[in-house]
Amino acid sequence: MAVSNARVDPSGGFTVESLRANPRQARKERLIRDSLGATALVSVIVSGLIIWSLFSEAYTFIVEVDWGTVWDIGWFPRRGIYDIKTLLIASFIVTGIAMVVAGPLGLGAAIYLSEYARPQIRKMLKPILEILAGIPSVVLGFFALQWIAPNLVKTLFSGPAAGSLLAAGIGVGVLVIPLVASISEDAMKAVPMSLREASSGLGARRVTTTIRVVLPAAVSGLMAAFIVAVSRALGETMVVVMAGGAAQTAVYTHSPLEGSLTITAGMTSLARGTDNVVGEGLTFQSLFFIGLVLFVLTFVLNLLSDRFVHKVREQY
Amino acid sequence: MAKARLVGDRTSTMMVQAMERRSTDVRGRVFQVSLFVTLLLSLFILGVLVVDVVMDGWGIITGRPGGFLSGTIRSRSIDPKLGVHQALVGTFWIAVFVAVLAFPIGIGAAVWLEEYAPKNRFARFVELNIRNLAGVPSIVYGLLGLFLFVERLEGITGGKSIASAGVTLAILVLPIVIITAQEAIRAVPQGLKEGAYGVGATKWDMIRSQVLPYAAPGILTGTLLSMSRGIGEAAPLLLVGAVSGRLGSDAGFFDFGAITEQGFMAMPIIIVEWVQESGRDPGFAEAAAAAIVVLLVFVILMNATAILLRNYFENKRG
Amino acid sequence: MEAIAEKLRTDLMEKPAPVVAPPTVGLDLGQQAQPDAAAHTAEVVFEVENLDVYYGSFRAVQSATFTVYEHEITAMIGPSGCGKTSVLRCFNRMNDLIAGARVEGRLDFRNVPLYDARVDPVEVRRRIGMVFQKPNPFPKSIYDNIAFGPRVIGMAKRKTDLDDVVERSLKRAALWDEVKDRLKDSALGLSGGQQQRLCIARAIAVDPDVLLMDEPCSALDPIATTRIEDLMQEIKNDYTIVIVTHNMQQAARISDRTAFFTAQMNSETDQRSGLLVEYDRTEIIFSNPSDERTENYVTGRFG
Repeated sequence: MAVSNARVDPSGGFTVESLRANPRQARKERLIRDSLGATALVSVIVSGLIIWSLFSEAYTFIVEVDWGTVWDIGWFPRRGIYDIKTLLIASFIVTGIAMVVAGPLGLGAAIYLSEYARPQIRKMLKPILEILAGIPSVVLGFFALQWIAPNLVKTLFSGPAAGSLLAAGIGVGVLVIPLVASISEDAMKAVPMSLREASSGLGARRVTTTIRVVLPAAVSGLMAAFIVAVSRALGETMVVVMAGGAAQTAVYTHSPLEGSLTITAGMTSLARGTDNVVGEGLTFQSLFFIGLVLFVLTFVLNLLSDRFVHKVREQY
Repeated sequence: MAKARLVGDRTSTMMVQAMERRSTDVRGRVFQVSLFVTLLLSLFILGVLVVDVVMDGWGIITGRPGGFLSGTIRSRSIDPKLGVHQALVGTFWIAVFVAVLAFPIGIGAAVWLEEYAPKNRFARFVELNIRNLAGVPSIVYGLLGLFLFVERLEGITGGKSIASAGVTLAILVLPIVIITAQEAIRAVPQGLKEGAYGVGATKWDMIRSQVLPYAAPGILTGTLLSMSRGIGEAAPLLLVGAVSGRLGSDAGFFDFGAITEQGFMAMPIIIVEWVQESGRDPGFAEAAAAAIVVLLVFVILMNATAILLRNYFENKRG
Repeated sequence: MEAIAEKLRTDLMEKPAPVVAPPTVGLDLGQQAQPDAAAHTAEVVFEVENLDVYYGSFRAVQSATFTVYEHEITAMIGPSGCGKTSVLRCFNRMNDLIAGARVEGRLDFRNVPLYDARVDPVEVRRRIGMVFQKPNPFPKSIYDNIAFGPRVIGMAKRKTDLDDVVERSLKRAALWDEVKDRLKDSALGLSGGQQQRLCIARAIAVDPDVLLMDEPCSALDPIATTRIEDLMQEIKNDYTIVIVTHNMQQAARISDRTAFFTAQMNSETDQRSGLLVEYDRTEIIFSNPSDERTENYVTGRFG
């Protein structure tokens, strides 16, 4: 080490050289900085690779496909029929059902936790919601097929006791409840206490304060929660694969009580069976094409929700 | 944000409550009760889910727990050698890949972003990029794995191997590791950093001695959450080629040669397989439920540890 | 000695007071009239000339000029937002940590320009220690807090050497007797005043040339403040101390020289920036300042 004592020698000889960096130490610092920078670069490379993989295969598909097969009777990739509307409609149905389930339940739970629950109760309930958030989607897929389908879909909607878009939708809804609840709660917690106090001070009851003051003030954050949940529901795969009521192929349907494939489930349709991702002509590329569609959809939604989150930050 | 904390949550809640205790407010009561019901319903679903799964798998869990853990994939559900051993080995290796690749790279990236990144467009772009990656559906990572590790890099990964799956899932959880680690690093008080610089610490001295130790609990929470996400994830594995069909061998936990072998199994995949088999042979539903119980034990343990750890340190540091 | 100081005071009061910060005039007088001060060589430690400090486009300090001498306590006083802390943080290049911070003008440390491109701020901070406004002990043991500096600069390699350094530093900071039996306990268990003395011990453990103190007593009670002030008097023979303080009495009690800063509105940019109004020996600043603004401030009519 060049420096063993930080004292400046009074007998002179103190020049700018005395304050220069120790070259070995400076090299070490640069090396560490650059290595850490390289790890940060990995995420950029990953994004690049995702875009490269999606676009290069999707491009082949777009150029070579007979577009008549992309607007057809259903999703039969091994037979060269790639009806994307089957997948899109199924995705929208599942997402819609999921939001009908998760929207009110998640929002209600969030309002309760943020506005009503005493701190001790909140401390108890919040971790349980977080545990729910951590449950793998295969578990919800199993639950949707084995419990939701026979107990809810069959008895309440006289649908099939086996898989259907409705069963999958409810399952996905359960999956995104914690997401809606946690982002909505953050949004409401960000509303300044002074607003609530001002409202109470004017004699408003708590219901009124919550509905008239807190919710409007938190609306950007609530929008963000809703959009993130939609994006998550669109991208959810396993619940639909397991409880969606269709395996590998699907005929077009817009009935929630029937089985079909969503965009995500369509992507796994080739992965089943012994020879998995092999098929006729553009089968392999078709996966990347619908993958690209999904990627673009969720990307736009995520950007949108980011906007809303930023709006919240600016306000308070 | 800061304003909301000006008055303690608790004090304010009590104040507001006191102000409202005037008359019975029917509408308010109905509103509150219905809110509470929505929350209870969410928790009720969790309860039903756990009870349903445990009841379905009860026979196997209590009947032959050891045999189920050491058994392998069989064509009939009544086979006494049916079990999840191959899936456990696969999930173990996925966890190893996540820990070895995603943790160091993710924490490194978080340190760079919080402590080194210049305030320029590139750093902002990296930041935005990570946020977007966190929102990319998991199945899309499966496409990346299929395209890159299975097809293009078959020579290294062995194609549809546990290596391809492990790297794919490590990439999948990377943004979660980065974002949680960033939050933990951001919480390190400026005073500690200045204190270290003040006695002549270099940037790395400061990070090593102050930032990393202080942020360690938060970083650990994030790694636990991302690990539990990684081992529970199934969709990308379907595309990277998890199969049971030709899974002949039953490799041991430390059978390194098997990492790049074609064909592998993992806990979430065996659940999917058995759920689908249950159409043909209903006994497989029971096996799937038992496998879920095994998976849930790991996942819930990790999540609960992470949450408790976070709450403990939040309270301790006020 | 007391008599000499008294004489000096009356002497100085009779002399015509210098205008804005021409330290040389006042200083020459001081040194000639005070043989005691001449005994330790009045080496120049910091030479500040037309120093501007910017944060982005905001100019926090404009053209400050003054000199800091060895083995003296130099105080910087003034109302909030007058840039005194900004100047202090230039002395060990702590401002480098703030994004957008920029310095113009001359700032020499023992004739070496501190903002020379070749100068490594880490090397600077090893020679110029700092004590902060809020006590900031590391969440480690008392021992490890003190040993931190010597360890990172590789000063004491052997365990026994390190033990020595820790003991010496704690004794120097008048904390040894209070903590010698619990060196392995967390430093966070100490009282505020003890924590601040620990931070002083931590700073002097690397044996710096200069000690910068940024309102070191503002978070402490009067008793703890007195202890720190006594400590500063004791150690000033070994170090050169520059202190920023809000407390005028403190500056009057402990410092040899005082720089009075104020915030001035710039009519063009509509921004306030710090201005060094007057710099002189402390007794002059407090008894016979040459600038009306200084007088208003020290007599409590403003600020």
